[in-house]
Order: sequence, then C-alpha cells, then structure tokens
Amino acid sequence: MSKSLRVKTSKFIDETTRVSFKFNGSNYYGYKGDTLASALIANGIHLVGRSFKYHRPRGIMTAGSEEPNAIVQLNNNSARSEPNVRATEVEIYDGLEASSQNCWPSVNFDIGGINNFLSPLLPAGFYYKTFMWPASFWEKYEYFIRKSAGLGKSPTESDPDIYDHKYIHCDVLVIGGGISGIIAAKTAAKNGLDTLLIDEKPNLGGSTIFQNSDHHKINNQTSSSWLEKEISEIESLENLQVKTRTSAAAFHGYNFVLARENLTDHLSLEDRKNKVRQRLLKIRAKKVITATGSLERPMIFNNNDRPGILLSSAVKKYVDFYGVACGTSNVLFTNNDSAYETALSLFKKGIQIKAIIDIRENATSKIIDEIESHGIKIYKSYTIVDTEGYKKINKISIMQLSKDGQSVVGSKINLDCDCLGVSGGWTPAVHLFTQSGGKLKFREEDHVFVPNTYPSKQISIGSCNGEFELDEILKLVPLQIKNFLDVEKTDYENLSVEVSKNLSKRNIWLLPSDKVIGKTKPFVDFQNDATAKDIKLALREGFRSIEHVKRYTTTGMGTDQGKLGNMHALGIIAETAGVKMGELGTTTFRPPYTPLSFGTIVGRNVGEYFDIFRRTPMHDWHVKNNAEFENVGQWKRAWYYPINGENMHQAVQRESKAARESAGILDASTLGKIDIQGTDASEFLNRVYTNAWSKLEIGKCRYGLMLHEDGMVYDDGVTTRLDENHYIMTTTTGGAANVMGKLEDYLQTEWPELDVYLTSVTDHYATISVCGPNSKKIVSKVIPDLDFSDESFPHMSFKNSKIGNIKCRVMRISFTGEHSYEINIQASFGKSVWEKCMEAGKEFNITPYGTETMHLLRAEKGFIIVGQDTDATMTPIDLQMDWIVSKKKYDFIGKRSLYRSDTIREDRKQLVGLLTDDPQIVLEEGAQIVEDVNKKPIEMLGHVTSSYYSPNLNKSIALGVVRGGKNMMGKKLFIPMENKIISVTVADPVFLDKENKRLHA
Amino acid sequence: MFVINCPYCGEREQSEFKAGGEAHIVRPKQPTELSDDEWAEYLFMRKNIKGIQYERWNHAHGCRKWFNMVRDTSNDEIKAVYKMGEKPPTI
Amino acid sequence: MKNKYSIFSLIKNAFSYHENWEKAWKDPSPKKEYDAVIVGGGGHGLATAYYLAKKHGMTNIAVVEKGWIGGGNTGRNTTIIRSNYLWDASAGLYDHALKIWEGLSQELNYNVMFSQRGVMNLAHNLQDVRDLKRRTHANRLNGIDAVYLSTEEVKKFCPIINTSPNIRYPVLGGTLQRRAGTARHDAVAWGYARGADAMGVDIIQNCEVKGIKRNGDAVEGIETTKGFIKTKKIGVVAAGHSSVIANMAGIRLPLESKPLQALVSEPVKPIIDTVVMSNAVHAYISQSDKGELVIGAGTDDYVSYTQKGSHDIVEGTLNAILELYPIFSRMKMLRQWGGIVDICPDASPIISKTSIKGLYFNCGWGTGGFKATPGSGDLFAHTIANDEPHKLNAAFNINRFVSGDLVDEHGAAAVAH
Repeated sequence: MSKSLRVKTSKFIDETTRVSFKFNGSNYYGYKGDTLASALIANGIHLVGRSFKYHRPRGIMTAGSEEPNAIVQLNNNSARSEPNVRATEVEIYDGLEASSQNCWPSVNFDIGGINNFLSPLLPAGFYYKTFMWPASFWEKYEYFIRKSAGLGKSPTESDPDIYDHKYIHCDVLVIGGGISGIIAAKTAAKNGLDTLLIDEKPNLGGSTIFQNSDHHKINNQTSSSWLEKEISEIESLENLQVKTRTSAAAFHGYNFVLARENLTDHLSLEDRKNKVRQRLLKIRAKKVITATGSLERPMIFNNNDRPGILLSSAVKKYVDFYGVACGTSNVLFTNNDSAYETALSLFKKGIQIKAIIDIRENATSKIIDEIESHGIKIYKSYTIVDTEGYKKINKISIMQLSKDGQSVVGSKINLDCDCLGVSGGWTPAVHLFTQSGGKLKFREEDHVFVPNTYPSKQISIGSCNGEFELDEILKLVPLQIKNFLDVEKTDYENLSVEVSKNLSKRNIWLLPSDKVIGKTKPFVDFQNDATAKDIKLALREGFRSIEHVKRYTTTGMGTDQGKLGNMHALGIIAETAGVKMGELGTTTFRPPYTPLSFGTIVGRNVGEYFDIFRRTPMHDWHVKNNAEFENVGQWKRAWYYPINGENMHQAVQRESKAARESAGILDASTLGKIDIQGTDASEFLNRVYTNAWSKLEIGKCRYGLMLHEDGMVYDDGVTTRLDENHYIMTTTTGGAANVMGKLEDYLQTEWPELDVYLTSVTDHYATISVCGPNSKKIVSKVIPDLDFSDESFPHMSFKNSKIGNIKCRVMRISFTGEHSYEINIQASFGKSVWEKCMEAGKEFNITPYGTETMHLLRAEKGFIIVGQDTDATMTPIDLQMDWIVSKKKYDFIGKRSLYRSDTIREDRKQLVGLLTDDPQIVLEEGAQIVEDVNKKPIEMLGHVTSSYYSPNLNKSIALGVVRGGKNMMGKKLFIPMENKIISVTVADPVFLDKENKRLHA
Repeated sequence: MFVINCPYCGEREQSEFKAGGEAHIVRPKQPTELSDDEWAEYLFMRKNIKGIQYERWNHAHGCRKWFNMVRDTSNDEIKAVYKMGEKPPTI
Repeated sequence: MKNKYSIFSLIKNAFSYHENWEKAWKDPSPKKEYDAVIVGGGGHGLATAYYLAKKHGMTNIAVVEKGWIGGGNTGRNTTIIRSNYLWDASAGLYDHALKIWEGLSQELNYNVMFSQRGVMNLAHNLQDVRDLKRRTHANRLNGIDAVYLSTEEVKKFCPIINTSPNIRYPVLGGTLQRRAGTARHDAVAWGYARGADAMGVDIIQNCEVKGIKRNGDAVEGIETTKGFIKTKKIGVVAAGHSSVIANMAGIRLPLESKPLQALVSEPVKPIIDTVVMSNAVHAYISQSDKGELVIGAGTDDYVSYTQKGSHDIVEGTLNAILELYPIFSRMKMLRQWGGIVDICPDASPIISKTSIKGLYFNCGWGTGGFKATPGSGDLFAHTIANDEPHKLNAAFNINRFVSGDLVDEHGAAAVAH
C-alpha cells in the first residue's frame, strides 16, 4: 500500500483491522470500512476497467451507486461469481477477489483498445448502416459483435446463497438517511408513527456526516457533529426501525416500495454460511418520504473520461470519509462552489491542490475567499480543453472561455496533475419519485428537474427536491414534514444555520474546445461511450425525441442507467434542437434504481419451492411401490408402476390386461370434487351442464359436459345426486380450480337468485377406483356390510356406507368400461383403505395402474379426455356427443354459441376412431392427418389426439379429430411422418365392448 | 400493485384478487332469440375504456366474493368498490 | 435511396466527422388531404405505409403518431421472431412475415439485425409434448422448418438449461425452429420510416388523433392535434389504443388492453445463443447483441393503459427463469418496463375491413405482434389498397367473432387434464 495516499485517520475506517483482498490476481490490503474503490485508490490504482465500445481505460469516478466505470467481476470462477459490481459499493472483506472486465488479455493491455483508433468509423448507430453485405453474413458479424460487447461474465454455477422476502407495513417509510431523512424519520417516530428508515449505505448520515468544516454550522456545531448526535439518539426511539445497506429498488403505485436489504455481502465468505444473503423488502407504507439526495454532475469536455478524473464530491468523500487521497497533485474543475469544499478538505489534510479551474467569471463567496487566502491558484472563466494520460491522467490543457461560453480564447495553459475533481453542479435523485408516477418540472434558474405533482401520499424532501444547501434544507424540511405527516411536534424548528457558500452556477452543457467537435471526445455516457458528438449526430439524422436519441446513441442505457450523464444529454439535445428543456421532458426512469439480483427477486421460490407439490393421501404407497409419476397441474400422479425392470410400454400392457382380466386399482383422488347444496342445486346443474339434471334420482350418477360460453368443451365429469338438494360434482384434475371459479362466478353474478352453495372438497376425500371383472368381489371384502348386488347397486348409482366406523361414499361408475367401483373416504384414511383393497384383491391379482393405463383403457372405450382429445375448439357436436346436448333445455352455458354459422357447419373437425392398416404401428399423438398426400399445398384434415397399442384388442388404436370425419367411416386416410406415410382407416371411436356388457359383468 | 378495498374484507393486496373484465354486461335472458351479431356483441365485444371503467373483481384468495370496482384505467386509480347487485356509483 | 448506407459511406463520412449525414426521415407538417392515413407509427404502421407506397403506388399518404415512432410496443417487446404456429392461417401469416424478415436489412438498406439463432419451445408435461408434436407435424407439412427435440437434444442445443429430471417441472422435450430468432426492434421502425419517407410518405410525430369524421357509413378524415386531415382511407394500427380509436369511429372491437412486462439483465459476455420459450414454466429468454438477457413476462389480467404491470408478474417470471437457469441467480435486473397489449379472445390478430367504408383495423396482436411486423404491414397495405383482404389475412377478419370461425391459438395450449 502506498502509505502516502492514506492521509489521516478517519473515524469511519478501522485502521487497526487490515483486510486483504485480490485485484486482478495481485494481493492488496485495505482497512475495515474501505470500499473496494477506496482501497484501490489507497493503493494508487485508478485504472479499473475498460469501456463498452471503445475499450478505453477507465477509472473510479464516484464514491457511490451512480458509478459508471469502476465495475468489476467478483469471485470469478467460483459459485459466487458476480459480474458488473460497482467497486464503489463493495465493502472489502478478507478473501475478496475482484477483477477487471471487458478487457483481454488484461486491463493494462487490452486488444479491444484498437476500437479507440477505429472510433471515427464507429459513430452512434454505425451498426444500423453496415454489416449488411453479403446478406448471409450478419450472423458472422454478429458473433464478433457479441463477443466484444457484454461486460462481465455470467456465473456458470448454481448460487450457493439463499434469499428471502419480507413484507413490511408501516405508517411512514423514509428513503434515504441523510440529514433530511434523519429529521423526517425522527419527527415521524416521535409523533408515534410506525416508521421505517432505509439507506443504501452501511452508515447513516449521507454526505453531511463527513461535512466537518466551519463553513456549515448548525446551532454552532459543525454539521457533522450535530448530525452525529441526532443519529446517536435513534436507537432509543421505539417506533423507528432503521435498515442500512438497504437500497430502494422500485417505487410502484399505491406506495408499494421494493427494497433490497444486503445482509452478508460485506462479510468474509466464512461468516456468510447459513445466512440469508439479501432480503427483498416489500414495503407498503401509508406515507412515503423520499430523501434520496442528489448526484453531482460531471462536466462534458474533451477527453473527460480518463482514469484519475473523478467527481469533486467523490474526491472529497475519499479524503474525508475514507482517509484516502485520490492524487498527490490535484486540480479541481467546477462551475459552482462545491469544488471549493473539496479543496478545503484536501488542503486541511495537506494534499496539494495545483489549481482550481472555475468556468464562472466572477464568483465570490466566503469559501472562495478562504481558498484564495491559502494561496491556491484559481483560474476563473477558464475551461479544460483537453486532458492527457492513457492509463491515468497526467496533464490538462486549459483556455479562457469567451464571454458567451461558446468558444475558447487566448493561449493554452498546460498543467500537470494526477487527479482531476470535476463538479458540474447537482442533480436531484428523482428516479424513485418518477417511478411512482410523479411528474417533474424544470427549474430554469439552476437547470434542474424537481418533483412537481405527487400521485400518492408521498413527498420528496431535501436535495432530491432541489434544496441543495443546508440552510434551505433546515428551514424547509421540518415544516414540510409537519404538514405532510399532519403532526404538531418537530424538534427541528428554529435551528440556527450558518453556510458560507454562494449558490451561483454557470451552466454550459457542452464545454467548448479549441478543436472542432469532430476531433474531440466529450463523453456524456461514460460506460457506453456515447459522446456529445453522437448526440448531435442523432439530431442531425432526424432523431428528435429524447427517447430516440437515447436509443440511437445508447446514452443512459448502461448499468448505471445514465445517473451521471442524462442531464447533459438532455441539455445538449435542447440546446442543439433549440427547444426548452422543460418542454423536452426527461426519458423514463425505469426500475430498479440500482440493478437487483434475480435471486433476491425470487427469494425462497427456487428448487423444491418453485411450485407447490400436491400429493394424494396414497402418494407414499405409490413411491414405495416404484411408481413413476406424471405432473398433472400441480399434482403428482402415479403414471405407471414398473416391476422387474419393465419399461413404460411393458408396464402399461401388463396393467391394462390385468384390469380387464381380473382387477385393477387406480388412485383417482386428484379429480376435482365440488359439493353442491341448496334448493336450486338441480336447476344450477341444468344451467352449467349441457344435459338435463332435474330428473336424476337420488342415489344416481350422471356424466356431464360443461362448455365455455363460446360453445367449446371446457370440462367433464360424473356428478352424483346424494340427496334431494345435494350433489357432488367431479371435474378433471387440471380443471378443478377453474371450474370452481367459473361456477362461483355465474352463481354470484348472473344467477344470485339461486339458492345454491358450492364447496371445493377435492382435498377432503381420497378416491380409490377398483375395476375389472373381480372388482365386486374385492370391494365386498373391504365393505362386507354393503349390498353390492346389481339389483340394489346398479351401474351409475351411489351408496353411503362405512368401513369400520368411517363413513364413505361408494359410486359404481366406470371410466374404463369395466365393472367398477369408486370409494370416496376422508383423505386421512385413504392410504389404509387403499391397502385394504390391495390386501382384499391379492387373490385376484389386483394390479395398481397409473394414468397411462387409465388413458389406454378409456381410449379402448372411446371416452374422451378433455384437454387431450379436445383443445378449446371442439363442441360436443364435434365430439359426436350430440346425445349429451339437451334439445329441451331453454338455455345452458354455451348453448347459443353452438348455433352460430360456423359452429353448425358439417365440415368441422369431428372426433373419430382411427385404425392403422398395419395393426402393429402405433401412431404418434399429434401427428397430422391428410386425405391426399400429393396435394400441394398439402391439406391437413386434423390430427391424432390419443394413440395406444391395445393389449386387449391386440392392435393399435387411436382417436383423432378429422374435418368432416363423421361422414368418413371406413375411409382411408394418411399420416405423413418425416420418413414414411402411414395409412389408416376411419373407425368407430368405441373399439371395445360397444354393447357395454363388461360394465355389468 | 394496487391495494383493493374488498367490500367484504377491507383493504388487501392486489395479489389476492383476480380481475374479471368489464362489469354490467348482463347475460341475455333469452340467448336463443338473439342474432349471431347480437350474441357476438355480448360474448366478445368490449368497451375496453381508457379512463373510468366499471369492472368485475374477485377476491380469489380471500372471501372468494365477486364485486365491482370503478377504476381509471389511464392511471390505475381505484375510484370505488361496490357489491354485486348494488347500483353503480357515478364517477 | 440517395443516401445509401454501407461501410463505404461510413468511411466517407468519417472524413467529414459525420457532419454530412442526411435526415433518416423528414419532420413534415400534415398536408390538408391524403389518399390514406395510417394511425400509429409503430413497426406495423410504418411497414404498412412502406408497402402502400412501394407495392401499391400510394405515396400521397401519411403516418400519424401520437408520440415518437417505434415508441409503443415496437420498442418495448422482446423481439422474438418465429413462424411455428399451429393453425394454417397463422402459419401462413407468420411465415409470410418470416420470409420478408430474411431479406429485410437489404430491402430497407437498414440493418435490422435479424439474427436467425433459432427459437426453442420447451415441453414440461405430457400434454405439452403432445401439443408440441402436433404443432411440429403441422409446421412440417406447412413447409415451416420445425423439429421436435428430445431432452438430450434440448440440452445439446442450449447447454445452460437445467434439464435435470429432478426439477419441479422437468424438461420433457422441445421444438426448434432454426430460421426463427430475434431482431433489433428500433431498427425495424426506423428502417421502415426511412424507406417510406424516401418514397414520399409523410411521417408526422407528436400528432394525436382526436376524432374520426364520418359521413354516413364512410370515413371523411381525422381530427388531430395538428388539425383536420381529409382522407378516404384510414388504417388504424394503434396496438394497445385500438379500442380508443374504434370508439371515436363508433364501433366496438373484441379487445382488451392489458399490461405486458419485460426486463433485461445487466450485459454479460455471450452465455445463451438462442431464444428459449416455455409456456408451462412461464418465461422467455434470449440475449441481445449488447449482452443483456432479455426476458419476457406474462400479462396482467386487468385492463390498463398505464404501461405498468404488477410486480408479482415480474417475480413469477424470474422464478421460472431460475428454475430453468439456476446459474442466473446472481445476475441482476437492470431495467424493467411494461407495454399495453390488445388481446383478442382467440389470441390471433385482426387485419380487416370494418363495417365503415374506408376504415381498416390492424390490431389484437396481443403479446406477439413484433414477429409479424413486415407481413402485417404488407397484408394490411394490400387490404387498404384493394379494399379486400389478401388470401393470407382473410381468416383474420372481424366477422369471425360473429360466425365463430376463430383462429384459436390458445387452443394449442390446451388445459391439462
């Protein structure tokens, strides 16, 4: 560490704790409290990275989150690798590894630097004008463009850290813990309001906390010691919660603020273990006070981007707060009094100030007088026309400004220096305010945009509201707070404040040079290498809107979102186009304020918590019995149960044979179940299903089809009449929630007069379906007291019963075409009843089957699956299910739509069976069906919706939808695959037991 | 994200609600007597207003009640909420 | 074009410090009367004007734009271009567009950076697999290059996707259209504007339409913030604001305008070299030439003209992104924004005449209009010039909502059973 740059002990830095870190592979030391930027500067390092387009050497420019240049890759080649991190925000810790980005082979010697020499060929938007020949070459050009673009490198491993979310509801949220924010938060808390104060920095106090000069005094103390005392009292305030290292990311409508609380990034890797890295705070505040301060502006002059050129306020912060000198021979360049404060700080620490260049003609103030009294040379009405030094500034050239400030006169003076601090005045940080929907107004006298109208209960105070000086702030803020919060008490009225600065400023957006502008490089956006020339070119080419200029030149589109240069871009546009800035407006500030990790936004919802798992009560049994699972909506359904190394096909063939030959058992618990009660329940069903329900006897079941209002099939299932005014409806697994929602919607909004109550009971019951010729014997063993005789318990009927003491409902319904029963029992008994069935069925080789076998069995019977055989374009008529559409009913959901001119057409797609000419070929589901393979362009008639090899029929079977299919029985059609054409014959979709004998066997 | 004042539960986060489109489109009592045009008007055509819109919302992750809301779609300001069947307020 | 763009013109202009480039388009005041006026200066509107001038000889026309050209959804979308649609009508429309994209930079002498890096669609459940296979077969027979990929092939084409069978919704397969890709959105608007301007089309910005003047069943002109403009043909291409314009003409459309959000990460070196879309785990991702990850979210469910959506949507999208790409956890969101998309009940657009003579609408593109820009412009120009639709947009008429002949692209993503 070059000792000489550590100037004097700072109380914010713990000089007793050395911290070692690596930068570009070399070891360095800093102190606890240093940022990576301050530690690098202390080690004499300014060159940190290369710019986006020209790969120019770039250094640290700021001391905060607005930093455009000093962005690094942290912990490269590890799981905690992170690109594009601002060195000015990284608190160093033992073991930190940082490296420069966007350079190869190294930041000191970067091949990409050649772009700087090609820069005459690379003006704004050059890529729109070239790389078009030959036409096929764009992808080749693009390969190289992509390689040279980008900044850091994406991580390549999963993130070992965890993230969290937290909701906070408070009376008052104060964003920013500078002097204004402290006053606001304390006032709110002392008046009994539940208050949250957040600040992005590790410490409170903003820039006032190191404002330790006689030129700013509050009640006769330096402003820093006054504020220090104010902060020390915060802990004792009960209603005030303070979160530092917490950056407000987005300010949405209805006072919804997202903030990132950084919890471990400043800790050594060892200390981070098992801790949450970052927490996304979702804050809903009744009132929001924005006190986000202001950002110092750079100035736009030729070669204003070299390492060693910093904002004047950053030079001050490095010396006052971090105890680090940015250079040994400093020059300050300013258009206002701020730089003189920096000069004073440097002077007090014994650091050489070579000169101050002030573009104002006759600025006078007490602080200027003091600087002059120390013998520091001030060049008034001068400007910098050029700088030198490739990897670090070593010289500036200055010339006198003309009266109008548009040109330079006289002779050039060269000054050697190794640091240049620049102050172009201040810009209120209105980003969050505008995100919230606030509208700005332009204040002509000092060229700033300030908040004008608020869209919610919020207020901006202090310098983000355009009050830059301590005396203004302390005069205004307490009153603003009192009014805004509607409280009586504030401790901050009648403070005595002394300030010795002068507010005068001379604003020149683009400073003149002795060279023609075409030969200069006055950067406006430092990260994206957009210059004032680029902006003027865009205007010349007809891009007049600021959004156009921004997009054409990429100004303000870097990772810093143009926090430094945007105002100058606007100024140069306004000036060049001859428009008033107030009329020009600003570009939109889009959230987040500073980039926000995806991991933080996602929080805990990763990995197994990505989405909930819904498991049936028998899930563990399926797992134990080697089931493979299928995702159906959020449900895990047993798909098939392979034994002895079977593949799916083999397992399904075995399962489906067993179900038809003896007995199969299926977990049907995932089907949606809706309990429907009320005196109008039958009428309600009449209106929501296509068929009639009034005459269904108690104890009977009926299949129903539900349509959208547009006439397309929506859902289906069996509904049972449990009692006069009581039904239980089943829905598809995936459709359950939507059906419930739709029924509630119609009931509450269209038919509120109906006496009907709906309850979703899907999760309350386990459903076990036992099918096959031996099903009756099995269920009789499980429920010995129940009369299962066909006379007493025919197909499509239901009985209440008990297994032991536990009530259950038994339905005799079938989705397989086999004689079958469904036992519905309280969910918690599902597994034990399932096991009872397995035990009872042992002698009949009862075989558990999954969804795949279920699909095959129902396809043999030609039963549809909504969502597989239908696709929201199929009416019941298209499904050849005319029988289920009541002609008598006056109305039901979707009825009218069935009679539109295009829904009554005969040549719509209709559901048919398909048999391959070669019975061993199983069609691919989704394959397209044609009549004439030679027709050009080929005409697709429909597609295969379901297809299986049926072990019970010993042939391949399929369902499909075919245009005009219902009149094509026996017709030969073709399935053109990539490498073959399969011929099929249109058949009845019921392939097995058309007479339904098996149901009663 | 809005804060919505459910007429049954009070103020809740928007995340708890589902929007249900334009309000006060009455389902025709005699759909079969409508022409295709009239039916399409009910089924598909929407005012889609920029400005004051009367619309339906459902407190899906709460009381599951449907209710109506008046909202300015040009700035998302909620002007009023009222129960189904109540007379819409004039804004 | 007098001011041809090329590497040579760049070199030539470098010698004069780029002081001599001409305006890409003029900034005229509106004339009193035009043969046709296009309302809406987005990509579709500008393309319409370009093809009206180029293919139909209608050069006495204007494009009026409320704000700045390309400032609506053209400049806000995630720039995905593909044509692997299910239905014949959609496939015809989008592949017509894709074919124009393939030569658009040369046609316009403006590099729109159409990059055919392929678009993959992922399947996460068995119904997804059926749907994607169905679509792939239909695409193949319609002459659209689409192939079905196994999970291993998905992994091979895009190695950073998490294809572990142990994730919540494992990748079961996917489709790939290699001719698909992305383009530079702003360049499309600017390129068409420059091309149209060169043929005499007036592009009038900051000119908001305030009313449509009708004489009985025919249009007579438009009231704008820059005065009345007389015209017999009005082509409305106003995306999210289509219903607002329709209302001025006294007609209603089957549209709802909803917020659609997108976001980009900070730029990084190339990490993902294709476009990956997933419906079930809802997220779209690609990487821009600049290096930003470009991520598309879904729509909110309510009507809004604010260009702002809810945070839940963004959060849900990034949940899905990290599910499929856990390596992006430490990447950072740089910018997030919203647009207003007008959505038809069948998720297909309207390119159609209306019941009013001389009034044409091109709207309802929902979340996917960008990819169609050149085709949409071409077909809409044809419809306006001939007062008859082209056969490729005949199916996209307004009357389909009456007759029931919808082009239901929702249908392709059927509900799970």
